[in-house]
Amino acid sequence: MKIRFNLNGDERDVEIVGPESLLSLLRRDLDLPGTKDACEQGECGSCTVQLDGDVVCSCLVMAADAQGSTVITIEGLGTEDDLHPVQQAMLDKGAVQCGFCTPGIVVAGANLLEENPHPNELEIREALSGNICRCTGYGAILRAFTELAEQGE
Amino acid sequence: MTTVSLMDFIAARDLDEALEAKANDPSSEFLAGGTDLMVEVNLAHHRPPSVISLRRVDELRDMPSNRIGAGMTWAELERGSHVGLAQAARTVGSPQIRATGTIGGNIATASPAGDGLPWIAAANASIAVRSKPRGERLIPWDDFFTGVKRTALEPDEIVTSVVVPDDIPSAQAFAKVGARNAMVISTVSCLVMRGDDGFRIALGSVAPTPIRMPRAEQLLNAERSPSEESLREVARIVSEDVSPITDHRSTEAYRRHAAGVLAMRLVERCLP
Repeated sequence: MKIRFNLNGDERDVEIVGPESLLSLLRRDLDLPGTKDACEQGECGSCTVQLDGDVVCSCLVMAADAQGSTVITIEGLGTEDDLHPVQQAMLDKGAVQCGFCTPGIVVAGANLLEENPHPNELEIREALSGNICRCTGYGAILRAFTELAEQGE
Repeated sequence: MTTVSLMDFIAARDLDEALEAKANDPSSEFLAGGTDLMVEVNLAHHRPPSVISLRRVDELRDMPSNRIGAGMTWAELERGSHVGLAQAARTVGSPQIRATGTIGGNIATASPAGDGLPWIAAANASIAVRSKPRGERLIPWDDFFTGVKRTALEPDEIVTSVVVPDDIPSAQAFAKVGARNAMVISTVSCLVMRGDDGFRIALGSVAPTPIRMPRAEQLLNAERSPSEESLREVARIVSEDVSPITDHRSTEAYRRHAAGVLAMRLVERCLP
């Protein structure tokens, strides 16, 4: 079956044959490896994307069900030459260790700041509670978001 | 080289379309938030030959005030008016899971650890189900949940809503125990309500289905205001009356103990 959805601002037509996840579609078929594949059961948050404005685990979205939706991945938030403010803040605070959780945290955190430009610490912790950093580098991540929250927009 | 089997996929636009597709092929699987089905697809290599997506079916969300639509997500229920259900919704998974997972999925999957189920049991709610040939039927919650991941749902039926009785008490409290705060499957969950007819105690993850604690409820309701001693007795009776198992998440002994402690604490929280 063919589906059409908006991916990072572009309308895309793709062929879906089975029940595979949006994560698998993004990484294997659409060559967007920024969204990470770790637990495949919605527990780690490394595959976080925005789907119609919600932060979701792309491993738990059936690719076929993305029909008609708007999806934003890490590739749609910033580029190497034009970093998203969350990416810049995480760089500035050294909030990246192995980097595997980073794309998911950037997507979840960017969504938080869109909805709530000045979150308090509890709101930051809550918004990132579905994103696990196995390097346990939470302190620096929290410092990056605290600074962003103080700046606001 | 593996052969790829083609999957039928129907993105139902309304309830009729979903019911018709299910009637035509009862082996089709409903897809709501995907938080259960996709784990099976990803990890158990389950390949459903036919899937009916319910994400676009607004009728499963827009309901009269005495019903909770099966398509309501945890993120929506978290902000809802039923205090105990909102508290339970708040403990489900993570923001990512709560954005898509639905109470209808919780009900149809019928895991003993379903965080919405103790509230349904305490509320004495019924589950509204519907099929194309037979229309709607209401099933009392204790007839609906028949075992671990087993329900009274017929192959051509869909869960449409939870029917909430008028006499639902407003004093409600939920708590659960798990290995960590976010992203955890309940080891024990408990919901207590207190109304004009007295206390209601419901538990999850301590039996094949959600269960009520009639002995403990009777003991509490025999007194005007429960004493310290009867609260301890409630904890003891609850520990005795649950029937938990030992598995990879916890032990039977711990679950019995935690069930009693949670029930006692939540009864205290519901006191005037």
